[in-house]
Order: sequence, then C-alpha cells, then structure tokens
Amino acid sequence: MVATALSVNNIHKSFGSVEVLKGVSFEAKSGDVISLIGSSGSGKSTLLRCINYLETPDEGEITVSGEVIRTVKGKDGKLVAADKRQLEHIRTRLGMVFQSFNLWSHKTILENIIEGPMHVLGMTRKDAIGEAEILMEKVGITPKRDHYPNQLSGGQQQRAAIARALAMKPDVMLFDEPTSALDPELVNEVLLVIKKLAEEGRTMVMVTHEMSLARDISSEVIFLHKGLVEERGAPSQVMRDPKSARLRQFLQMA
Amino acid sequence: METISNVIGFLPALIKATPLTLLLTAVAGIFGLVIGTLVALARLSARRVLSMPAYVFTFAFRGTPLLVQIYLVYYGLGQVLPGTWVRHSFLWPYLRDGLWYAIFALSLNQAAYNAEVIRGAIKAIPRGQIEAAKSIGMRSSLILRRITLPQALRSCLPVLTGDLIILLKTTSLASTITILEVMGTARMLQRQSLLIFEPLIAAGIIYFTVVFILTRIMNVVEKRLTRYRTAKA
Amino acid sequence: MEYYWQLLAWGGEGWGDDFAWGLVMTLQVSVVAYAVAVVFGLLGAAGKLSKHRLPRLLADIYTTVVRSLPELLVILLLYFSVASGAERLLKHFGLVAETFQFSSFWAAIIALAFVSGAFMTEVLRSAFLAVPPGQIEAAVSIGMRPRKVFTRIVLPQMMRHAVPGMGNLWLSITKESAIISVLGSFSELLYTGYRAAAGTKQYIFFYGLTAVLFLLITLVSALVIAQIERRLNRGHH
Repeated sequence: MVATALSVNNIHKSFGSVEVLKGVSFEAKSGDVISLIGSSGSGKSTLLRCINYLETPDEGEITVSGEVIRTVKGKDGKLVAADKRQLEHIRTRLGMVFQSFNLWSHKTILENIIEGPMHVLGMTRKDAIGEAEILMEKVGITPKRDHYPNQLSGGQQQRAAIARALAMKPDVMLFDEPTSALDPELVNEVLLVIKKLAEEGRTMVMVTHEMSLARDISSEVIFLHKGLVEERGAPSQVMRDPKSARLRQFLQMA
Repeated sequence: METISNVIGFLPALIKATPLTLLLTAVAGIFGLVIGTLVALARLSARRVLSMPAYVFTFAFRGTPLLVQIYLVYYGLGQVLPGTWVRHSFLWPYLRDGLWYAIFALSLNQAAYNAEVIRGAIKAIPRGQIEAAKSIGMRSSLILRRITLPQALRSCLPVLTGDLIILLKTTSLASTITILEVMGTARMLQRQSLLIFEPLIAAGIIYFTVVFILTRIMNVVEKRLTRYRTAKA
Repeated sequence: MEYYWQLLAWGGEGWGDDFAWGLVMTLQVSVVAYAVAVVFGLLGAAGKLSKHRLPRLLADIYTTVVRSLPELLVILLLYFSVASGAERLLKHFGLVAETFQFSSFWAAIIALAFVSGAFMTEVLRSAFLAVPPGQIEAAVSIGMRPRKVFTRIVLPQMMRHAVPGMGNLWLSITKESAIISVLGSFSELLYTGYRAAAGTKQYIFFYGLTAVLFLLITLVSALVIAQIERRLNRGHH
C-alpha cells in the first residue's frame, strides 16, 4: 500500500460572481505524476494555486502527507486558514514552480536556492550551500550560480527555480505551466529536467500545455472544463481514446 | 466655538489677499514656462556656450532653497541697484516694491524646474516624428515650432500643471519679504490679533480651496490638450 | 578682497565659525527630520495599503492636506501646536514634570518631517506596488513567515524602486530646512546668513555664501545618491 501524498477534496473557488472551480477532487499517491489539462479559463491554474493556498478555496479540503490544512469559516461563509503556522509548515512541503519563474531578482541564483533552507528551515549557510551545489548540478546551472536572474535565459531561470523548489525537500512538487513563458527553443531543456524528476519517483502535480509531456510522464491526466473534471484516467487511455467530445476537440487543437 | 468664529472672522481679509497670490502664481508661471523652455533648448544645444550656462542655471536654482534665492534677489539687488542709474530712472518707484523681487525669484526658480521637465520630454520624442518632418522638407526651426515643442509640452503637461500647483503654494514664501499675499496677510493678522492658530487655519482653508479648484481646472485643460491620445478614429 | 576674508574670520570678528555651525545645524536638522519622515512615510504607506477603511482614510487625508497647503503654513502650524500639544499630553499622563518644556528643536523636526513624510508615503507606496506579486508568492509558497517575506524579499526590492524618490526627498528636505529660519530660533545656514547679512549690510556676499553652502550639500548628496543607486541596481541590467 502506497501512502497518499496529496489529497484534494471538493475544491470550490469563485472570483466575485464567477465560479472558477465547482468542486474538484483528486488524489496523488507517493510517486504519482498528475497532469491537469484544459483550455484557458478551465480553472486548472486556480486549482493548483488552491493546493498551497496562494488562493484560499471557498470550500473543500487539502491534505498533504496525511495532514489536513485546518480552516475555519470566515464572516462571508468562505474558508480561511485557521492556523498560519500550520499553513506555513505545510507550504514548506509543497514545492511550487511558477510560469514566470519568480526568482527573486535581488538575489543571485545560489542565494535564491539557499534562501528557503536557511531562513525557513533554519539550516546553516554551509549545509544549505552544500545541498544547493548538488541541485544546481542536477538541473545544470552550476556555471550560473553567482549570476542574477535577469542575466539568465528563461530556460536557465526556470531550471534554477526548480532547484529552488527542490531545496526545500518537498513531498509534492507543483508545476504551474512551467514552459509556457519560454521561447520554443528553450522548452526542451526544462522538459528534460521535469522528466528526470518524474523518473526519480517524485510526486508531482502539473498544469501544462505540453501534451507530449503529459502523455510521457503522467500516471493520471485530468481534463478540466469550466471548473469541473470532464474526464480523467491514465494517459494511454485518456489521450488516445477520449470519451468526451470536448477533450477530443481540445486534443486536436493542442 | 470661539476658535471657529475667529477663523471665520479672518476669512474676508484673506480672501481679499487671494488675487495677489493668484497673480504671483500666474505671472511666475508664465515667465517660468517661457524661460524654462528656452533653457531646456539651450541645454539640448550641441554648442557648449549655450548648454553649459543653462546647466549651471538649472543646477544652481534647483540646488538651493527658494528662500535663499528670494533673499538674495530682494536684499542683494536692493544693495546694488541704488548705486546704479536705475536709482534715478522712472523704474525706481516700482522697484522699491518687494513684489517685483518675488516675481523675479519665483520665475527663475520655476524656470529651472520646468526646464528639466521639458528637456526630458523633448528627449523622449521618438526620432520617427522628427524624421517624418525632415522627409517632407521642414526646416529645423519649423520642426521645433510645429512638431517638437507641441509634442514635448503636451507630454509633460501633467508634470507642468503639478508644478504650477506647487508654485501656488510656494508663493507663500513671498510673505517673508513683506508681501501681503494670503500667507503674508495671515501672518499680519497673527501679529494684530495675537492669535497663533486661527489666522493660519483660515489661510489653510483658502489654500486648500484654491488648490482644489485649480486642480480641477488643470484636469479639464489636460484632457482638452491631450484629446488626441484617447480619441478613437 | 582683504575685507571679505576678514568677514569670514573665525571667532568674534568674523562669521566663519558661525557658518560652519550653521552648516552643521542644517545637516543635523535634515538628517533627523529625514529619519522621522521615513517613519511617517512607512506609517502612511502602510495605511494606504491597508485592507481596512480607517487607516486608508487617515492616510489619504494626511497626504491630501499636506499636498494642498504651503509648507511654510504647515510648518508654522505644527511648530506651535506640536510643542504645546505634546507638552499637555505628556503632563496629562504624568510622564514628565510640570515644569517640562517640549524642545522647540523637536517641534521643528516633527513639522518638517510631517511635510516630507507625506511625499515619502507616496514614494514608499508606489515602491511597494512595483514589487511584482510573483516575488512575494514565491516566498509565501516555500512557507516563509510574513515578517521575513517583508524584510528579506519585499523591503530589499522596494528599496531599489524607492531610492530615486527617497534621494529626491533628501535633497528637498535639506532645502526645506531653510524654512525653519523663519522661526528665528535655530542658527541653521539661512538664519546665520540672515544675521550676518543684516549685521554687515553685505547682503550679496553672505546670501551668496549661504547659497554656495547649500549647493555644496546638494552636490555631495547627489554624488552619494548616485553611488547608492548603482549599488542597489546590481543584478538589473
């Protein structure tokens, strides 16, 4: 029996009067790679951001490695995190990779990677650097360690951002369209790193437009449409032989 | 309660002084804009005989307190002029009035600040605009008058109008050389009534109101003059 | 020429030492007022960016009032009210003896800082807004505490955007400090110039000297600010 690394249960989210998520659930066992696909406006990025509470879901439950994010109902009936310290702690176990990298622009690549280990996990500078060096080697940015983010190409920045997320030793990695902001010729170098992580058996949830990536590395593909799961299953089945007409149309256009 | 009636009691005298504040603002504002434009053009000139003095002018007037400039003009010229021909000319009766010194200092100060703004705006004009004018055979003086300056002045209009409102407030420093504009009147009322706050609060009400109205007017003017940016087809 | 050197002599006959002290006083007033203005600015910016209505309203009133009134007026109003108000307050709570007098130096400082603080509010507010939300999200997503997010990510990035504006405010506070010469109780540069000029009738010489000393402050400050900007801009080409 493999442990459940992440469970997402009945997530609802509205922005103003627009209901973006209408009750979405899924589960990732340790080592699973879950791909969230769908057209823009389907709610897939919002769903990912609800997992680590960058957006607070209005309703529903997130469980990371068996620990539920505790919530209370606010005045407007929507949820708020009940215990900020607990939320901060759970966030350390969820590594997030953003579409626009979000490397801290006033810090070098090395400083970006050791920031969390030192100032959130309380590691010594020496230990943090030691681990950072291994990670930089792994994503192939060692020569850029003392450069600032703006001096790097998008592909290099995204690989550095992956290393920064890995440095926290997260239980689950969350990828929010990690290659969408990249020039076409830089996409591949990032895909290779992500594939390598999947092969290592990392638990990952990713929002992606790269259908070949989703097909190659996912254990489950979830197709979202208008805030609901329209179809889900193993990539071999969902992507070769979609049942829903909408998914068929979506795959043809992708 | 008494405070409020005192404040109201001071208002009529201060309202009477408001036209002088507005006059100082308008005259120094116009001189400041004209001189400022000339200084900006001089600074952008390739000839150092023009650009250097213009640079020194803006640096000196932006780098020293306006109050020092006012004293230097008022007391300094007051020290020098009586020894010259001016003493015996028809101008002399006018020149004994502090108002001229205040206008002189305020204009030059405003010109220095305007010059920097206008210079920046001229430099920001896309080259294509000038090249298009050259390509139809416009002479450089014509380009300056028809293309460069109209575009530059329009694009820095929000800053210039902001500076005009700052000018309105700084005319209050003229009160230090005995000019009875709003602030000067308030300080005179302080001395006469031996009340510290009430005349100042009354003056504050006047300034607040005038700034409020002037801001509104400037917004309308700005919209008019920059219509071309929002107009659709 | 000889005569002018005598005017600048140190000690009883000349004004050299008076101007040196005036320069020190101007710098002292400017530095302290600037530091207080940063505090006002941080409070004002926090108010403007607050989720709650009341602090937003108070901060808006603060900046609107200061922007609409002449500095001289605000400074005179505050100079006279801060001292007596603070005195009454401190005595009311029994924090000071009945004979306590609020120092006029601090009253002038607070008056000056109040004016600059309103502009500092705008500088810091827009500097905060210039930090891309993704920079903050990245820190939040690794579980960083809010206070650390502010000190380690937001503040350093804000400073880069704030330094040009804060530099300008330093330049303007050194010049605005001349306004307190009107109060007649501080021997800063302009008041020293005023006394020297009135005492000797050498108006051009002494006001010219005053102007040159202010220009010197501006010049040195501008060089230092440029240096700071260059350092903060590393990593941004």
